[in-house]
Amino acid sequence: MPTTTIVRAPSGERLDHLFIVDLVEPGSRVLDLGCGKGTLLKMLVDRKNVRGTGIEISEERVYDAVGKGLSVYHGDIDEGLSYYPDHMFEYVILSQTLQQARQTVLVMKEALRVGRYLIVSFPNFANWRARLQLLLKGRAPVTKNLPYQWYNTPNIHSLSIKDFRLFAPEQGMRVVKEFFVGSKGRVTRWPNLLAEHGVFVLELTTAGEDQ
Amino acid sequence: MSPLKETWLSDYHIDGQTFESSVGFVETCYAEFDSLLLDSGLVLAPLTIAYETYGELNEDRSNAILLLHALSGDAHAAGYHNGHAKPGWWDIMVGPGRAFDTNRYFMICSNVIGGCKGSSGPGSIDPSTGKPYALRFPVVTVPDMVRAQRMLLEHLGIERLVTVAGGSMGGMQALEWVVSYPEVVASCIPIASTYRHSPMQIAFNEVGRQAIMRDPNWRGGDYYAYEHPDAGLAVARMIGHVTYLSDESMHLKFGRRLRDKEVYGYDFTLDFEVESYLKYQGEVFTRRFDANTYLYITKALDYFDLANNHGTLVEAFRDVPAEARFLVMAFSSDWLYPPYQSKEIVRALKGNGLDCTYVEIHSSFGHDAFLVESDQQTHVIRHFLEVTFHRLGVRP
Repeated sequence: MPTTTIVRAPSGERLDHLFIVDLVEPGSRVLDLGCGKGTLLKMLVDRKNVRGTGIEISEERVYDAVGKGLSVYHGDIDEGLSYYPDHMFEYVILSQTLQQARQTVLVMKEALRVGRYLIVSFPNFANWRARLQLLLKGRAPVTKNLPYQWYNTPNIHSLSIKDFRLFAPEQGMRVVKEFFVGSKGRVTRWPNLLAEHGVFVLELTTAGEDQ
Repeated sequence: MSPLKETWLSDYHIDGQTFESSVGFVETCYAEFDSLLLDSGLVLAPLTIAYETYGELNEDRSNAILLLHALSGDAHAAGYHNGHAKPGWWDIMVGPGRAFDTNRYFMICSNVIGGCKGSSGPGSIDPSTGKPYALRFPVVTVPDMVRAQRMLLEHLGIERLVTVAGGSMGGMQALEWVVSYPEVVASCIPIASTYRHSPMQIAFNEVGRQAIMRDPNWRGGDYYAYEHPDAGLAVARMIGHVTYLSDESMHLKFGRRLRDKEVYGYDFTLDFEVESYLKYQGEVFTRRFDANTYLYITKALDYFDLANNHGTLVEAFRDVPAEARFLVMAFSSDWLYPPYQSKEIVRALKGNGLDCTYVEIHSSFGHDAFLVESDQQTHVIRHFLEVTFHRLGVRP
């Protein structure tokens, strides 16, 4: 079962993936937390020649990722990343994973310890469709983008784009770039209302001051 | 996969196809060497190493893979010996079209020194006395085993290995290879293994050794001219077998079923299936294994600690080249070499920024899983080797 449905480019590739592939510097080192079947990581290896590695909790998805020739650690990102030295990666990716991690703050802080940039993408629970369902039907939202019922969702955190924009600076993280995807493609205005997914590129606030 | 699937009995399946994929009839070869300096400071001289090879070595000698066996294994990893119905110990993994594809790779497997299957061990003749060494054979370590294998590779004219791979003690040798000879191995596949024996693993080994040494027939190791300490060795093997299975696999395999009876015997003969199984396994083992070798090899396992000479495991991997690749596998029900031990290895590798894949394969077979779970292991190993081979720039 897919975690989310995300608008795709004519090539069949997800818009959020294309945005991430576009911004990653060629030849960099990338850690993908919750890499799933390795679709994004494989794109990064093929197109940006990154030295990539992933972490994935599902055994079946690990087999898929290994079948793509990727290096994957079969485990839970909530186990932490303490075994990695500082600044091991240029990019750490949390693609549609953050809302499922138990230790949200710890995972993000660790990601920005071992990586220069953290790329986070998540479904926007304040999208207008979800708002209407809650307002008019009085039901917990179930949309194409949030396909689960309240009792079977793997998403243990419900957050909006606005929530995240407020949250990041509180954690000492600065948003370097943003990208939003709605039901018809890229969203540039009123993302908290129109976007179904947000992609944020973060760095530590102190990282900028060092330079 | 179904926990009851008896992989060793089934046809071999890859992606839904069945392959006739045995390496066929094979023979053990023997290489003689002058001497080997051991960790203990003693010198073993002369020594013999028994080995088998499968597949063809390519022109630039760049497609060689070294397989490393576990405690009771030997050089006979795949194919059949003339007159024997049972194939080698990793036949499900080695052959044309199998994980270790003999159409692509040249496979080598040797019996460890201290062993009893053709390589020099306590049962070999001591040239200074003309009698079996028994306990006069020097104690060997896992690094000693690896040094002997290095000599064998030089003898075969092989300077580079695509991978070193093995389960259990084989995995320890594979790790030792990477640390001792980082320039030789392009990748490493330790399966259901550890970088050092835990107190629990040492404890089980010691019970096995005591069972042998307390058998009156053991005679301080000098039993070769007399009846062998089969009772002690059988008990050691029974204990070993319990640790290789799992609670779940024993439930599935035996349950509480009685052996050849409907009601309890109310005596101390065999009642349960599981008792009968262990008795049989113990007896069979005494026909093919030397009790002194059991002492030597379990001691080598207990001494093994890769961090020992380096302070930490992270330090131990410090000289491993950045291009080296690792595939570490563990099995969910393996309580003898639990997945946490494999994760310790993975974390130390990642701490050095090394390329490492880790898979914990769901299985009910316990430690034995590495010998029987072919489907997942085959999938993962095949893809791992393909990438390794590709990066080496080798065209099979």
